[in-house]
Amino acid sequence: MSGSVQDNGQAASALGAIESAALRSDRFRLEREADWQRLEAIVRKMEKGRLRKVSDEDLLALPGLYRAAASGLSVARETSLDAATVAYLETLVQRAWFVVYGPRTSLAGWLRSFFAGGWSAAVRAIGADVAACFAILVAAVAAGWLLVANDPEWYFALVGREMAGPRVPGATPEMLRATLFDNADQNGLSVFAAQLFSNNAQVSILAFALGFAFGIPSVLLLVQNLALLGAMLWLYSGAGLTLDFAGWIAVHGTTEIFAILLSAAAGLHIGRTLAFPGPRPLLSAAAAAGQRAAVVMVGVVLMLVIAALLEGFARQLVDTTLGRFSIGGFMLVVWCAYFFAFPGTRRWREERAGEGGLR
Amino acid sequence: MARKERKGRKVRKEAPGLGRTLLTPEGISLSIAIASRGARFGALLLDLFFIGLLITVVSVSLLFMAGGAASIERTLSSGTTSGYALQFLLVVWLIVLFLFRNAYFLFFELGPRGATPGKRINGLRIAARDGGRLTPEMVIARNLLRDIELFLPIVFVASAGAESGLAWLAATAWFLIFMLFPLFNRDGLRAGDVIAGSWVVQAPRPKLARALSVEAPAEAASTAATSEGPKYRFGEDELAVYGEYELQALERVLRDKRAKAIEPVYHTISDKIGRSDGWGDERAFLEAYYTQLRARLEAGLRMGVRKADKNTEETR
Repeated sequence: MSGSVQDNGQAASALGAIESAALRSDRFRLEREADWQRLEAIVRKMEKGRLRKVSDEDLLALPGLYRAAASGLSVARETSLDAATVAYLETLVQRAWFVVYGPRTSLAGWLRSFFAGGWSAAVRAIGADVAACFAILVAAVAAGWLLVANDPEWYFALVGREMAGPRVPGATPEMLRATLFDNADQNGLSVFAAQLFSNNAQVSILAFALGFAFGIPSVLLLVQNLALLGAMLWLYSGAGLTLDFAGWIAVHGTTEIFAILLSAAAGLHIGRTLAFPGPRPLLSAAAAAGQRAAVVMVGVVLMLVIAALLEGFARQLVDTTLGRFSIGGFMLVVWCAYFFAFPGTRRWREERAGEGGLR
Repeated sequence: MARKERKGRKVRKEAPGLGRTLLTPEGISLSIAIASRGARFGALLLDLFFIGLLITVVSVSLLFMAGGAASIERTLSSGTTSGYALQFLLVVWLIVLFLFRNAYFLFFELGPRGATPGKRINGLRIAARDGGRLTPEMVIARNLLRDIELFLPIVFVASAGAESGLAWLAATAWFLIFMLFPLFNRDGLRAGDVIAGSWVVQAPRPKLARALSVEAPAEAASTAATSEGPKYRFGEDELAVYGEYELQALERVLRDKRAKAIEPVYHTISDKIGRSDGWGDERAFLEAYYTQLRARLEAGLRMGVRKADKNTEETR
């Protein structure tokens, strides 16, 4: 740049080589070689993970250098019989492609756009599946209730003896009441919450992943979990504790059941797309559905963390039905508002519109 | 005609192997190689080993902090300060277990190199199947499915035990369906790849890149030398004998530093074109022939004329 003698000398000798090269394809290569080598140097640094060592200037030049090398490759393929150059360019362009089209956003950056609107947009995108799963959820609760109301033996089939503990048909209202209140002195709450979280997260990931089998297992898992709830609801309402039980569930349930509902809907979305891909090729339709559902699932895991905290702490500390309802109701309002009324921040929408224009 | 068609199909069937063509958003076709199933299996084993190692190290160090396994039960329920500290460690451990199982793959595949340590050791990486950008959504989707493909069935098989009959059989069948899934499609996709729109490809080794940078000055010099005053000039009919295939074979011979192959090649060519004036100066003769043959073929290329090898006619 500053006109150093060495630079000029090199440029002159390069020019000399270009002029004296007998073959047009050799001249073609010599003219571009410096750019290719610069690109290679940048790519090598980035491959080694030394992103900080790449200067801003190089980083800005990268896309241009990549495109130049790529078009050089397609010209060389058509006009050059220099196998070494073509092979070199093939590798170089491929390596540069990995760098240019590799994952660009960091996890933190991705999370930012996730909260700024990506999450709620993904939930709305699978809205039909959420609605279907909600209908299934209501039906499953009703089915659980009706089954047990007809024949109390069903209770153990749905809830399981171990899990039921003192909550069995025929228990006195006092015993049932005791399971709902006055547990504030319980020890090991945080451990309990962490266990709950990892267990619930596993179940919801399972519900999502089983969507691969055309969504049927996801729905079955939802039905099984909610029929259990219906059966317990029957038990407590028999003792006149309907509202208290609902409050006990609502603290974390509005978050947790919502999360399980979303994971089943995500699974159903994938399964539905695999069964009926529509006009697009099966694989690309499945990929689009899977990516949408994956965003929902990240949200589900976060919701389950919150649910575990609510269940482990808020429920034990707030010992009145009214207080529990207000916590659970507040969470429900927050989730519904975020998912169905929040269009994303303006910045996020602008960014997404930009991406949409590029695709 | 029918036989020709069958032959064509056979060639196409054999040709894929691991090589694939991928169209980038700029419309450049890239030839890439998908990862072999063996390499992927090896990478998975390596990653599982690393995860196991990390979990063991964390568990042991947490245990060490807690002061031995025996006193844990007692302290945990005591409600004292040390009890709470222990609870905290237990919570950390539960979360770490969850994270290692799920976030290990996410963390590394979201990085700039798009590969877990196991994949990197085996020279593999993740890419988007459509040639576009590898997005975080893809990485998340492909790794969430790992749970039903790998971890869950393993737990199932282990907990059911062989004596439980049907349940064990079902678990094993489940495990096998997902483990064998990559064997039954052309691109070796596992279920997670189908959902995510990703695939695992071989990361190009930078080795090839050396070819040009090392060879370039020498070749530039040689072409420069020949253009000053070519010692050997070949006529049109002498150059028309060979095609692209022979040109590239000759290039390989010239690039090869060992001189052994030069002489037989010189004899073959000089016999074919009926000239023997390059005796004792074979390399210069062959280089001149190479340059002029390439110039002729490349000039033809620009006019849309190709000659594939010595046995075929020029095609337009």
